[in-house]
Amino acid sequence: MNQAPTQPELFGIAAEYADDTALLEAARQARAAGYTAMEAYSPIPVHGLYEVMGGKRTILPLITLAGGILGLLAGYWLQIWVSAIEYPINVGGRPYITWGAFFPIGFACTILGAGLSTFVAMFAMNNFPEPYHPIFNTPNFEEATRDRYFLCIEATDPKFDRKAVHEFLSGTQAAAVSEVKT
Amino acid sequence: MATDASKYQEDALGQVDVMLAPGQTFESIDRDITDIVLTNKAPKAWWIGLGISGALMGVLMLSVVMLLFFGVGIWGINSPVGWGIAIVNMVWWIGIGHAGTLISAILFLFRQDWRTSINRFAEAMTLFAVSAAGLFPVLHLGRPWMVYWFFPYPNTLGMYPQFRSPLMWDVFAISAYATISALFWYIGMVPDLATMRDRAKLKIQKIIYGIFAMGWRGSATHWHRYEVAYLLFAGLATPLVVSVHSIVALDFAASVIPGWHTTIFPPYFVAGAVFSGFAMVLTLTIPLRKIYHLENFITLRHIDNMSKIMLANGLIVFYGYLNEVFFFFYSAHEFEMYMIWNRMTGPYAWSFWALIFCNGIVPQLLWMRRIRRNTIAIFFIAIVINIGMWLERFVIVVTSLHRDFLPSSWGMYTPTGWDWALYAGSAGFFLFAMFLFLRWVPMISIFEVKEVVHKMEHKH
Repeated sequence: MNQAPTQPELFGIAAEYADDTALLEAARQARAAGYTAMEAYSPIPVHGLYEVMGGKRTILPLITLAGGILGLLAGYWLQIWVSAIEYPINVGGRPYITWGAFFPIGFACTILGAGLSTFVAMFAMNNFPEPYHPIFNTPNFEEATRDRYFLCIEATDPKFDRKAVHEFLSGTQAAAVSEVKT
Repeated sequence: MATDASKYQEDALGQVDVMLAPGQTFESIDRDITDIVLTNKAPKAWWIGLGISGALMGVLMLSVVMLLFFGVGIWGINSPVGWGIAIVNMVWWIGIGHAGTLISAILFLFRQDWRTSINRFAEAMTLFAVSAAGLFPVLHLGRPWMVYWFFPYPNTLGMYPQFRSPLMWDVFAISAYATISALFWYIGMVPDLATMRDRAKLKIQKIIYGIFAMGWRGSATHWHRYEVAYLLFAGLATPLVVSVHSIVALDFAASVIPGWHTTIFPPYFVAGAVFSGFAMVLTLTIPLRKIYHLENFITLRHIDNMSKIMLANGLIVFYGYLNEVFFFFYSAHEFEMYMIWNRMTGPYAWSFWALIFCNGIVPQLLWMRRIRRNTIAIFFIAIVINIGMWLERFVIVVTSLHRDFLPSSWGMYTPTGWDWALYAGSAGFFLFAMFLFLRWVPMISIFEVKEVVHKMEHKH
């Protein structure tokens, strides 16, 4: 009675490519074959890749807008509160709320709010900082920041079948196909 | 590839226009840029530079301690010139910083691919220049330990800052600018830090770059968000940089002093900032590309383009000078006319004419292509422009203040040794930070250069 060796759980199967056109083509084929849980890795942004994989446009610009508006309101509120409510100074009957003179600070706060929210949102959406990720177990993956391109079909995919995915990826222009352990 | 780079450049002079030397692969780009940082042997010039700037850092410490101990009386400022070279230096440094944002944000929005070789470096310059600038208004306060009074916080004094003053606008604009510049710089660097992590040979390097890379793995989703964020940042930094120097200009223009009270100040300060900033970028780039053999990345085309931007901004600045002179006379305003006459013929006339020479006449050499492609000539022209831009602020600050409305309140201003020591010290701080940056961080954006190489390959 031979016990099958316990397989470490699989994160996915990754294929390595020499250039971006091969990766783009493979992603297109994978999408056509019905895979949905996949991710591509590249040393430079590959245009169209995200869309090919079925990615939706990020809502980041909306967060920036919201951050900017919030910054503007906060900047104006600070100045209005201080100049008209908390510490009003009557200078020859001039108005307390001088929106024009408040604009430069309001503007600086707008940019600051928009910038900070973009920065935080981008990293939060990417789930950074995340020093460990299973994909780093892929053989040769340190080349993904140099000149190699990777496509990984993940085990969470409903259509995932170890053998079929292996065969499918070998059928693309992959230079190597390997299993990625979690 | 690195070996025949300089030869190629010579061949290219005046004939082929290259943005990056040909024949580069992603691998060679990685090697050429990361090796500078990952090696345990820094070039001799780096050690010499670090030593000199480190010594100047000592001068900075000493002059700050002296200032804190004895007060601003050790400077040359007095009535009527209360804003001495401390303010001159502050405006000068802030202006220098602006070129970095222009290169990283505005040229990005205009899709100027050549910016990729210089943007990282120029942004670092922005950060350190803004930090150096920040020293001066704080130390000029008289009681620098009360600097937190700048900020509106609830306090038992029941006092708040005056938000209608351009000086308060400055506090907000400059701190927002420094923050946004730092974030923009860091965002732009994350993929390269991941490259550094993967290229590093020592464990400690892997760990440190790994921490700062935050686990970047170049996934398509991340790249998508990253590119959107970068574009947004460029869009935010562009109006910010214009507003910052406009507000610095309003520090002067909102007052009633003849020579300061003009509407042309904000635009002409912005142009001057870009002018001096590019001069500083060139002053630093030219020796660097030589020392680190970066001729493959920073080609004569870069020097040429930067010189053109410098020339264009120089002309705007020069137009500003002429326009000022015209309007002071055209105003028929007794004090304004006296101010400009005093500027040109009074006790500080030397600074005015030196300024015209440095910023008006010398930059005209940049019309010549032969000069724009001669690194040594450009290096010296850039230094002359740096001096010129410093003189510009000196002329604005000192000649306007020293003789205002009442002859009985006229006076002279001479900077003391401690004034100069603090200035030298701030330069030491700036250079020291630059040298550390060169040693620890890839000074050229690796992935952006790769993108450009990739684009060029696919064009052919």
